[in-house]
Amino acid sequence: MSVKSPNELEPERYELTALPAYRFEVDRRGFFKFLGAGILVLCVLKDASVGQESGRGDRGESLPKEIGAWMHIGEDGAVTVYTGKVEVGQNIRTSLAQAVAEELHVSTSKVHMVMGDTKLTPFDMGTFGSRTTPIMNLQLRKVASAARNVLIGLAATQWKVDQQRLLAADGKITDSMTKRSVEYAVLAKGQQLTETVPIDNPLIPAPQWTVAGQSLPRVDGQDVVTGKHRYPSDQRLPDMLHGKVLRPVAFGASLVSLDTKEAEQIPGVTVVRDGNFVAVAAPTVEIASRAVAAIKAEWKSEPQPSNKDLFEYLKKNPVEGNDPTGGSSSYNSGSVERALASADRRLQQTYTVAYIAHVPLEPRAATAQWIGDDLTVWAGTQRPFGVRGELAEAFRIPEAHVRVLMPDTGSAYGGKHTGEAAIEAARLARAAKRPVKLVWTREEEFTWAYFRPAGIMNVTAAVRKDGTITAWEFHNYNSGTAGIRTFYDIPNQRIQFHPTRSPLRQGSYRALAATANHFARESFMDELAQAENIDPLEFRLKNLKDERLRAVFEAAAKQFGWGRAKAAAGQGFGMGGGYEKLGNVATFVEVAVDQKSGNVKVVRVVTAFECGAIVNPDNLRNQIEGSNIMGLGGALFEAIEFENGRILNGRMSRYRVPRFTDVPVLETVLLDRKDIPSAGAGECPMVGLAPAIGNAIFDATGMRLRSMPMVPNGLKPGDAPSSSKPVTNVPSV
Amino acid sequence: MAKTTRLNVNGSIHTIEAAERVSLLSVLRDELDLTGTKYGCGEGSCGACTVLVDGQWRRSCITPVETVGEKKIITIEGLAQGDRLHPLQQAFLDEAAMQCAYCTSGMIMTAVALLNTKSNPSQGEIVEFMEGNICRCGTHPRIVAAITKGAKILRDSGSAKESGQ
Repeated sequence: MSVKSPNELEPERYELTALPAYRFEVDRRGFFKFLGAGILVLCVLKDASVGQESGRGDRGESLPKEIGAWMHIGEDGAVTVYTGKVEVGQNIRTSLAQAVAEELHVSTSKVHMVMGDTKLTPFDMGTFGSRTTPIMNLQLRKVASAARNVLIGLAATQWKVDQQRLLAADGKITDSMTKRSVEYAVLAKGQQLTETVPIDNPLIPAPQWTVAGQSLPRVDGQDVVTGKHRYPSDQRLPDMLHGKVLRPVAFGASLVSLDTKEAEQIPGVTVVRDGNFVAVAAPTVEIASRAVAAIKAEWKSEPQPSNKDLFEYLKKNPVEGNDPTGGSSSYNSGSVERALASADRRLQQTYTVAYIAHVPLEPRAATAQWIGDDLTVWAGTQRPFGVRGELAEAFRIPEAHVRVLMPDTGSAYGGKHTGEAAIEAARLARAAKRPVKLVWTREEEFTWAYFRPAGIMNVTAAVRKDGTITAWEFHNYNSGTAGIRTFYDIPNQRIQFHPTRSPLRQGSYRALAATANHFARESFMDELAQAENIDPLEFRLKNLKDERLRAVFEAAAKQFGWGRAKAAAGQGFGMGGGYEKLGNVATFVEVAVDQKSGNVKVVRVVTAFECGAIVNPDNLRNQIEGSNIMGLGGALFEAIEFENGRILNGRMSRYRVPRFTDVPVLETVLLDRKDIPSAGAGECPMVGLAPAIGNAIFDATGMRLRSMPMVPNGLKPGDAPSSSKPVTNVPSV
Repeated sequence: MAKTTRLNVNGSIHTIEAAERVSLLSVLRDELDLTGTKYGCGEGSCGACTVLVDGQWRRSCITPVETVGEKKIITIEGLAQGDRLHPLQQAFLDEAAMQCAYCTSGMIMTAVALLNTKSNPSQGEIVEFMEGNICRCGTHPRIVAAITKGAKILRDSGSAKESGQ
């Protein structure tokens, strides 16, 4: 019923995709010319359309053999790994280096990761969808173990002994009988050896791992605590100018008149107008800002919907067809009609989620440099190859002339798939004939990036007297298909995604629509349990066969102490859980509602999580804690306010994100399933939180909150979106 | 109009030409290439740009450079003693109190200011003091643990001297 293999992981939705025109020709001499002599191991993906990161089959083309990653061992013994994946705070620079170090038997300090550089690394669709750990981690393991075998082979040839006697350890090959040893560097000297590792199925069973997952400190820790690491917004080139864009007054506005004379008279300022794009490059950010302020522009814009009539708008503006990304839009089994008609009880409810912003602490930033017709851009993005495509298209140049580098960036959360700042900086750099850096202001990031889709979820269910759910109908308008299918065992189902027009530009956000769909499903499960007067945990387990999900619910319940009596007025307990991106989560929450002020405080969150074999336990905990804290914002108070194509609360002081005093006590229970391949954990852990909070608020107050954010202004009886009678029988279906 | 300003940053005197009302953040990052201090919001609401001015925290993005005078400015680059990390820097590493780490320098600088006034803050006092600093990745509990640990190392080292003075 649920997605069970990484090959079925939903590709990202809503993103602006540029198909790769680029094809790798494996020119081995070229590699060695660039990398120097040594040993090269290439990971070649036999079936590029299945479960790997390179290429896309969208055009119906048959893809040639593609390369997933490569590794080079130099004459100095340095191990350099090239992957198109990027680091946005999920700590894969460390976890991938760790995988290589384990297989190759070297210290992680010897492994240098080159990531997300379109000139040096293999094509990669992007870093999203919790795909790095299930796929790239295993590719690199294979590559590294192949390299180890090459080294053993070289030593065996050199010493004329049987390979079986030789062991790899501490960067050396040692003969177990004679105890003599040789360093990798010595073996690599003067070589031009290439090994190709074919990978049919990237899934290698975890028991084959040579070393169990360990908590390892991050490889670049010194650089980040001393301020040395240069993020995309910290890049600096000789003769660099600073760019600034004149933003339209509203979304979709067009330029009626423009007077740039005054701005052009400021020394050192270059003004560019290209269609509706108006921007300046200047020696300092302050001069650039002054120049933009000196531009007189008149814009024309159309009336547009506001957040107040958002859900009306979504319902009234369906878009024909299926999920725009080709994802599965509907799922049917049995007969929902028949089951509803014969049910003991039928219930129906509607839930909504608002648009929210990613608010990566580092806004979009790019530095662009043209040398002749060759463009190089340092940009903060989860999709360097996608941004390369956007640049090639924008400037009508071949992708081979564009290089995009992605320095480890100040977070993204699905919000940095696109290359706006890169294109803007490059356009200015071309006009100014000098490198240009452009860092978006916080207001620009809030306004001109894209948002997590808002959405409406309608759920209807039929339940037998004994608590068995017999029918499940679920409709999602606009927010998306991720996590739309129920993991409860229900014989009759109709599940449908309805694309609609969107008043705001929308795109990927950590966990995609799984947050919205779990919010609706897991809140509704509690409403059903309450209607049937069954304990919500018992009700879930009664309708749930999947042993992995049962295990997390049971583990979290145990740690939480589910079933204990409330100790104080205003205290409430609730749960939510689910399955997403190959991970299983159950989240149990305790809230305290101040009856007088209506203030809701999430006091304690217990999360049980299982994503197969654990790669790095402490980093996994860090991701789970972070998911919960970030998830608090969308659950409780984050919402974008907008009107007539303008964002009304697009500043840090007007858009509330979780802060220190919002953070509850977090307890994490990790279930380590060494028999199951590792999955990612950047997204799944957040999906159970919002419904668990809503269910706990209901437990505390009898008020059922069905819109995320649930308490943007605290909980006031008059504001509550529903009365204490949460579930109504459906008059007709 | 550009004006000559002398700044005392990390123990060195810098003479810079800066327009009036230019923020200390811009001068640090763009003039002095001290990019460890980050831009996050431009209105003093996120703490990413925090530096020490005479040992106290200051949001450099809303601090006009001419108001600083020759007070002692310490940025994240000036916190370690040579190769020896400041106890808070070490504690942030030990507690893995970061993900993307973009907020880290502001967190550490704010925490230094806290420990300058309170050598043994309670968990509640740390949470209260750090409220103005945003971490979007959600490493708050680890940051609180790191500050607690850093405070202990500082106390145990018996250093009476305030950091960043």
